[in-house]
Amino acid sequence: MERPLTKNIRPDGKPVFIKEYESLGGYQSVKKALKMQPKEVTELVKKSNLKGRGGAGFNTGLKWSFVPMEGEFEHKYLVANGDEMEPGTFKDRLLIEGDPHQLIEGMIVTAFAIQADEGYIFIRGEYAYAADVVAKALAEAYEAGYLGSNIMKTGYKFNLHLHTSVGRYICGEETALLNSLEGKRANPRAKPPFPQVSGLFGQPTIVNNIETLCNIPHIINNGVEWYNGLSLTPGDGGTKLFGASGKVKKPGLWELPFGVTLRELLEDYAGGMQDGLKFKGCLPGGASTDFLVAEHLDIKMDYASVAAAGSRLGTGTMIVLDDKTCPVGMVLNLEHFFAQESCGFCTPCREGLPWTEKILRKIEEGKGEMKDLDILQFHTKFMGPGNTFCALAPGAMAPLQSALKYFREDFELHIKEHKCSWK
Amino acid sequence: MLTAEEIHEIKEEFHLYPYKQAACIEALKVVQKHRRWVSDENVKDLAGLLEMSAEEIDSVATFYNLIYRKPVGKYVILLCDSVSCYIMGYETVLQHLERTLGIKYGETTKDDRFTMLPVPCLGTCDHAPAMMVGKDLYRDLTPEKIDEILNSYK
Repeated sequence: MERPLTKNIRPDGKPVFIKEYESLGGYQSVKKALKMQPKEVTELVKKSNLKGRGGAGFNTGLKWSFVPMEGEFEHKYLVANGDEMEPGTFKDRLLIEGDPHQLIEGMIVTAFAIQADEGYIFIRGEYAYAADVVAKALAEAYEAGYLGSNIMKTGYKFNLHLHTSVGRYICGEETALLNSLEGKRANPRAKPPFPQVSGLFGQPTIVNNIETLCNIPHIINNGVEWYNGLSLTPGDGGTKLFGASGKVKKPGLWELPFGVTLRELLEDYAGGMQDGLKFKGCLPGGASTDFLVAEHLDIKMDYASVAAAGSRLGTGTMIVLDDKTCPVGMVLNLEHFFAQESCGFCTPCREGLPWTEKILRKIEEGKGEMKDLDILQFHTKFMGPGNTFCALAPGAMAPLQSALKYFREDFELHIKEHKCSWK
Repeated sequence: MLTAEEIHEIKEEFHLYPYKQAACIEALKVVQKHRRWVSDENVKDLAGLLEMSAEEIDSVATFYNLIYRKPVGKYVILLCDSVSCYIMGYETVLQHLERTLGIKYGETTKDDRFTMLPVPCLGTCDHAPAMMVGKDLYRDLTPEKIDEILNSYK
């Protein structure tokens, strides 16, 4: 099984720096891409079926193709979204810390495809070590002539900067991230205009997730056919970083083809549940995805199959719920997070999420009433897709609505017994 | 008053952006690096430097949880309270920290060494529970491990 994204990453995770990276075949895709036409690069990535790894799963090449290629612009920007703050997600950290030049190489090729001249690597503030690694790698890449005003003496110009953030989950939303990069509060922007047309400082901008960008060198080097062949699912190109946390025997992160089953992930890779515990459910791709339960264990982990089961592949890193952890307590923890991280801009999210959290706390503390479940159910519609300014609140409703569906008797037990029986 | 060093470091950031107001967050980070936190007076001084209103700067400063608008100790402990750490028992870690340090979230120890704050998911969920002390990440936390960690910060 080929593992292009993680092939260079050392078992101890210590970063691979430029000399070693070049000796492992690094920066070949830049040499190759700079000899192509920008539109050819975009077309190749479109055909590769690479989909955005930040959670949305949109075709990456298609996203790039919306950047205007005619006309004069002061700048065009490329931004790497390294704001990894989706609870339960720990994949981009590995890629940034373990193989920073793979990210930089992917960004140079992407920038060339959209003809961007300026770029930022946006990293969450808590990833202090990752930021140090990137700072060193950037300096090396400038020194070696892969970045700057005359890249590899081709006349192509791309300057890449590191930006370390100062907190808030909403910065992961691409338009909120752009406001944050502009030094403002990270409130999402109205779309349209889409960032591809009017993004950072009003200029055409592409924001891509770290893992997405790390795929680019391999597509350029090995071609579309090879890339699609990595996946077990037609239509989803490449491999995916899958992970598991919670009370499994071997929590971790694995690069695997799309289309492995949830059961394989849980049993073969995560080693099954810890002794004495049973699998109750999981959030397959971070906090803002719907629960899957035992009946879903044989579904394929790809965008369409997970969606057909009523959830989202999201970031591909699952959070496992066991039978000795209180599902109401878990959902309360999630809604506390979302209520706290609402940017406060639109009313349903700002007011609705704390309301949801309060009701859940009441139920968890044994003070709930049956009618509270109806109010929670109402909120899942009221803050569902289309009723709020951005995707934060609908994401927050995903684990709640699915918990009400699959674990309703556990909610009712709290209300009937006036306590949490898991404590 | 901002120091000459702070002003110099902030002005260096201007080069990265098309106009200086865009360096607002960078400027707040510079002040915090030197003073641990950002005071009302610092906000007013930054307003002069960046040609923004103090209110505008404060609206940015108070939005971001890693910009501190109240004094903090020498080391800030950021304890992850998100879902994987919840399942893996961060509450035991929190109780141990509260007992050992004699402080709750948002408080600073009497010797001014530690301030403790909750933080959303630290992105190391396969090694939960996790926390940061200053810029350092600690994982697979147990009460014994915490004692050792705290003792290493003087």
